[in-house]
Amino acid sequence: MLELDDIQHFLLTRPRALAARYGFLRFRQPDQARSWLSGIIDRVGRGRAVQSGGPLDSRWVTVAFTWNGLRALGVEDACLATFPEEFRQGMAARAPILGDTGANHPDHWVGGLASPDLHAIVILFARDVTERARCVQEHQQYAAQFPAVEALSTLDLEATPPLDYAHDHFGYRDRMSQPEIEGMGVEPTPGTGAPLKPGEFFLGYPDENGDTGPLPQPDILSRNGSFLAYRRLDEHVGAFRDFLRANGATPEEQELIAAKLMGRWRSGAPLVLAPAQDDPQLAADPQRNNNFDYGKMDPHGYAVPLGAHIRRMNPRDTAVNMNRRRIIRRGGTYGPPLPEGAPEDGVERGIAAFVGCASLIRQFEFAQNVWANDPRFHELGNERDPFIGTQDGSYDMTIPKRPIKKKITGLPAFTSVKGGAYFFLPGIRALRFLADGTQPTRESTAYVSEGDVARTPWH
Amino acid sequence: MSNASTVNDWTKPAATAIPKEGYFTLEQGRYGATYPRTPACHGFTIIAKIKPGTEGEIRAYGKRIEDTIAASPHALAPLQLHYLRWVLFDIGPETYFMYQGIFDTDFDKYTEDAIQLFKATGVDTVFEKLEGFPTDWKTNAPAFIKFVREHQCPSFLEYGEYPYVSAAEIKKALALKQAFSSMLDHMQ
Repeated sequence: MLELDDIQHFLLTRPRALAARYGFLRFRQPDQARSWLSGIIDRVGRGRAVQSGGPLDSRWVTVAFTWNGLRALGVEDACLATFPEEFRQGMAARAPILGDTGANHPDHWVGGLASPDLHAIVILFARDVTERARCVQEHQQYAAQFPAVEALSTLDLEATPPLDYAHDHFGYRDRMSQPEIEGMGVEPTPGTGAPLKPGEFFLGYPDENGDTGPLPQPDILSRNGSFLAYRRLDEHVGAFRDFLRANGATPEEQELIAAKLMGRWRSGAPLVLAPAQDDPQLAADPQRNNNFDYGKMDPHGYAVPLGAHIRRMNPRDTAVNMNRRRIIRRGGTYGPPLPEGAPEDGVERGIAAFVGCASLIRQFEFAQNVWANDPRFHELGNERDPFIGTQDGSYDMTIPKRPIKKKITGLPAFTSVKGGAYFFLPGIRALRFLADGTQPTRESTAYVSEGDVARTPWH
Repeated sequence: MSNASTVNDWTKPAATAIPKEGYFTLEQGRYGATYPRTPACHGFTIIAKIKPGTEGEIRAYGKRIEDTIAASPHALAPLQLHYLRWVLFDIGPETYFMYQGIFDTDFDKYTEDAIQLFKATGVDTVFEKLEGFPTDWKTNAPAFIKFVREHQCPSFLEYGEYPYVSAAEIKKALALKQAFSSMLDHMQ
């Protein structure tokens, strides 16, 4: 049922890549932008390659557009108006809703991310740094033909050592829990929940409520597309390590504090299953490392504090409508690692990630506005997510303990939002539609095979 | 800024006057302005004209919901309700429906969960009897939410006998009282 030849690979698979580059683009002129797009469509990765089981490519290309970018490509106003409100406003305009205030405010964002001139992103995943350099050079030579396609900024990403598993600059293992999509033939690991209907992530398919619409218009543009929320977070590793030292007398105590903030040990082992001591073997076992809940196994938060990051981001059996709140995450780390024991050096480092979904307001914004930033989540009173909540030094973290709970007050900000945007990730047919500058005709608004799409030559 | 200052004295009843807009400072939620917590917690008062001839059908929802709650007492738990009042009243020849709720969650935050719950308990169809309710409400949550917000009438005064106390806290206190009382009996 999933059109794997048409859906971009980005939310369907993670390529084995140690290096990446995000290119943020501005289109100064629609004809050149469309020509540029036309020439890269064949390089854009499709979901089909995931299923074919063939040899992995050495590089994967993804392209997505802001609402302003769709307009800059020449999409008609009547169609632009059918896109969701939050996407039309853009992430920078939604700053108060997302808690992007104070140090996280768009005024402090870098790379032109807060600018209305941010039109598109090209994401390159490469096997390694050498391959990335080769691809970047190749694209730069190609793009030189289109001076009206301007790079606002770029961001280089590399996997942070040690390389045995993905982790962030704080040292936490990542990608421990992700939803699976019905029809992809992948069995979810125990505890992950049943596969979700494709409509939760891709437009034009039934979602968990059985609904398919309403879709942005025309159909050819929205079908097989998704929405992406991009977030770039600087990680203040020095401040984080200072905090652990201030709240734990020994390395063991410090590891436990780190685990209590996250809900997993930095190895990835879940606290619900390993409440007192780390268990790296458990962390490495996908059959066990996500197989837990809260309502039955840890109702009072003695293992995982009620405000810990993973408990906020996925309340499991303690929240309703969970199947309408799931997201797919992609992304990686940027900046050089800060060696253990080294003082904070002020070098930019952090994570630059994407949240993929069919509805930004229901899936991404809900998690950020309600689960991460509502001080009254779980009736806690004065707490926000320790990593992605907006921390200004006035919030607490309660760690349930027998006999008396431990409350840490004045949590510092471990991260700062340095950029973000809402992108639309079109299907391949939609990319061709955008590149051709085709006005929607009766034929092109219905599902037809590629050869039948009506085209108006643009030159 | 944190809201550590809303640790209030539940022993002192309190009243708050609220500006016409329904809030003191505009704070944006995902679907529009959010309304502050008052001594009477959170809530809404939705008032809408009913479609002519639907009064009987609307009244029948009273028994429907009574039966739903009798069968599953915790059906509305996610809404964190204190109280609900549904009222029909006339202004001249026209009949209006008022849906008043007092609850502990910010309405903006859990709006989609509320709609999902309305669907699950069959409450959503009462909205179909209201003038101007979107015909595509089943698949268009933002339109449903827009209707509710457009028909919301914010209070200009709210009073609470035990200010800001949540339903969950009340129930915990009662459970504690019951357990303590039972413990004393056992010590006889």
